[in-house]
Amino acid sequence: MRAMVYRGPYRIRVEDKPMPVIEHPNDAIVRVTLAAICGSDLHLFHGMIPDTRVGTTFGHEFIGVVEEVGSSVQNLQRGDRVMVPFNIFCGSCFFCARGLQSNCHNVNANATAVGAIYGYSHTAGGYDGGQSEFVRVPFADVGPSLIPDWMHDEDAVLLTDALATGYFGAQLGDIAEGDVVLVLGAGPIGLFAAKSAWLMGAGRVIVVDHLEYRLAKARDFAHAETYNFAEYDDIVVHMKKITDHLGADVVIDAVGAEADGGFLQHVTASKLKMQGGSPIALNWAIDSVRKGGTVSVMGAYGPVYSAIKFGDAVNKGLTLRMNQCPVKRQWPRLFEHVKNGYLTPRDIVTHRIPLEHIADGYHIFSAKLDDCIKPLIIPNAS
Amino acid sequence: MAYTADKPPLPLSTDELRARIPGWGVDLDPANRPSVPRERFDPTLNGARWDFPERQPEKLPRERSVEHKFLTPVFGTSCPTRGVSGAIRKYAYRHHSEARIRHWLLLIVGDRVESLGSSLRSFATLRPDKPATGLRTELSHRGLRSRLGKGRADVKHHPLDPVIVLTPWVLRAGGVYVLARALARKRRG
Repeated sequence: MRAMVYRGPYRIRVEDKPMPVIEHPNDAIVRVTLAAICGSDLHLFHGMIPDTRVGTTFGHEFIGVVEEVGSSVQNLQRGDRVMVPFNIFCGSCFFCARGLQSNCHNVNANATAVGAIYGYSHTAGGYDGGQSEFVRVPFADVGPSLIPDWMHDEDAVLLTDALATGYFGAQLGDIAEGDVVLVLGAGPIGLFAAKSAWLMGAGRVIVVDHLEYRLAKARDFAHAETYNFAEYDDIVVHMKKITDHLGADVVIDAVGAEADGGFLQHVTASKLKMQGGSPIALNWAIDSVRKGGTVSVMGAYGPVYSAIKFGDAVNKGLTLRMNQCPVKRQWPRLFEHVKNGYLTPRDIVTHRIPLEHIADGYHIFSAKLDDCIKPLIIPNAS
Repeated sequence: MAYTADKPPLPLSTDELRARIPGWGVDLDPANRPSVPRERFDPTLNGARWDFPERQPEKLPRERSVEHKFLTPVFGTSCPTRGVSGAIRKYAYRHHSEARIRHWLLLIVGDRVESLGSSLRSFATLRPDKPATGLRTELSHRGLRSRLGKGRADVKHHPLDPVIVLTPWVLRAGGVYVLARALARKRRG
C-alpha cells in the first residue's frame, strides 16, 4: 500500500509499505478515504517529539471504510463507513471507565504520561497513522463510530480531532454567561474553540494571532474580535487595556509547542529543541487572564520541560486545565451542533491534497503558504 | 473595571448575541457539556465487553516504560527497534523512567542517530534523501507573496531554517570526507 513515511526532521515521502495486519482479535483494518494534517503533526515533522522513528506513518485524523475485522469484533463489519477518534483506547481501564479515554492505560507501552494516538511517534504508543491507504484500528468495538448518512465526509474527518478538541478546549475554560474569552491562535483548534465559546454563553470572544488571513477567518467564521500580536509592542498589555485592565475571564491556548512572538523562546524550543515546546502562548495566557481566571491548554507540547511562568499562575490564583481531548465523549453533542448548523467544520478546509503529494501539503501547512488553514489528504485521488 | 467591584460592560447584550450568533448559549448549562464533570464513573460507557482486554501476542521483544507494571495488552507494532538507534532507545526505556530528562534526551539521540543512518543508506539506493521535502511549493504556492509584506512574526526566524536543516547535512558530508580520507591514507600505507 502507499503511505506517508517519516525520514527525519523536515523530510517525509510516500512509499510502498506492507499492508497492516490484524494484531489483536478486536482490531479492524480500515481503508482510509480521507485524512488530514493536524498542526500537531508539524511537531513530529520538525523532529520535536522524542522517539519518532524513521518509517513511521503519521496521521491521527482520518475516516474510512472497514476492510477487515478481527475475530472478536461485533459492532463493525466489512464495508462500514467509519470515523475514528484520534485516541486509541480500550474502553475498560480505570481512565476509560471515567470518561478519560484520551488517558487510556492499556494501549501505550512506551509511556504512562500520555495515552495512545495514531501515527504520533512511539512516545504515543508506536501505532502507524492514517495518512496512508490502510490503517490498523485497535479496539474496533469501542473506538470508531459509523458515519451518519447525513454527515459530509469533510465534517466527519474534522470531528476526529480538530473540532472535538476546540470544543473540548472551550469546555475546559468553564465558561459562564457573559465571560470574556481570549483564544490564542487562529488555526483550526483556535477557530473551533472560539466558535464553541459562543455556544457556551461567552459575552465576548477575542482571537490573537500574527497571520492576517487567519484573523480574517476568525472574524468571518467565529464572529470574533481579532488582534494581530505582531502589531503591538506587548500584546499582554494590549489585552489588559481592552478588558478595562481586568484581563480575560478565560484564556485558551490553541497554539502549543511552536508558538511565535518571542525570538529566543521560539528558536530554543522549535529550532534547537532545547525545550519541550515554545512557552510563549502559555505564558501569554497566564499573563492575560484575570486573577482567579481559567487557562485552558489545547496546544500540544512535548514531554521535555518548557520555561513556563508558573509563579505568576500561582500568585494569580489561576485554574489551569488541560488534556488531550477524549474525542468520542464529545461526539453525540457535536453531531447535534453540526446537524443544527451551529458548527460548520468544513468551512475551514483550504487545501485538498493527494496522498502522493503529501510532502507538499506538509510544507504548505508548516510554512503557512497560500493562506493555508487546514489541509486534507486524499489517499486515492485518482 | 478591575479597580472597582463591577464587571466591565459587554459590547453586545445577551439578546443581541443570541440574535447574531447561531447557537449562542445552547451549551450554557454545564449539563449540556459532554466533559462536565471531568470524571464520571461508568464502566459501561464505552461498550467494552471485557474487564481487561485479551493480550496481543508479543511477536518481537517490545520495549516499555518502566512505569508500567507490565507490557500493555495492546501496543503499536510500527518500526521495531533495530541497530544502534534501537540499542539507545532500549537503554532509555529499560533504565530511565519518564520522570528523568535522560530518558527523553536519549530517545532524541536515538532519533538523530537513526535519521543519520537512514539518510546515509539512502545514498546507496535510487531514491536518496533530500535535506527537506515539499520545497517546490515555495514556487507553486506563493512562497514569497505569502511572507513578504504580511507582517508575519515568523518571518524573522525563517532565515534560520536553512541553517537548521542544512547543518546536519554539512556535518555528515564532512564526516564522510574525513572518514574516506583516513581510509585512503591507511590503504596507501
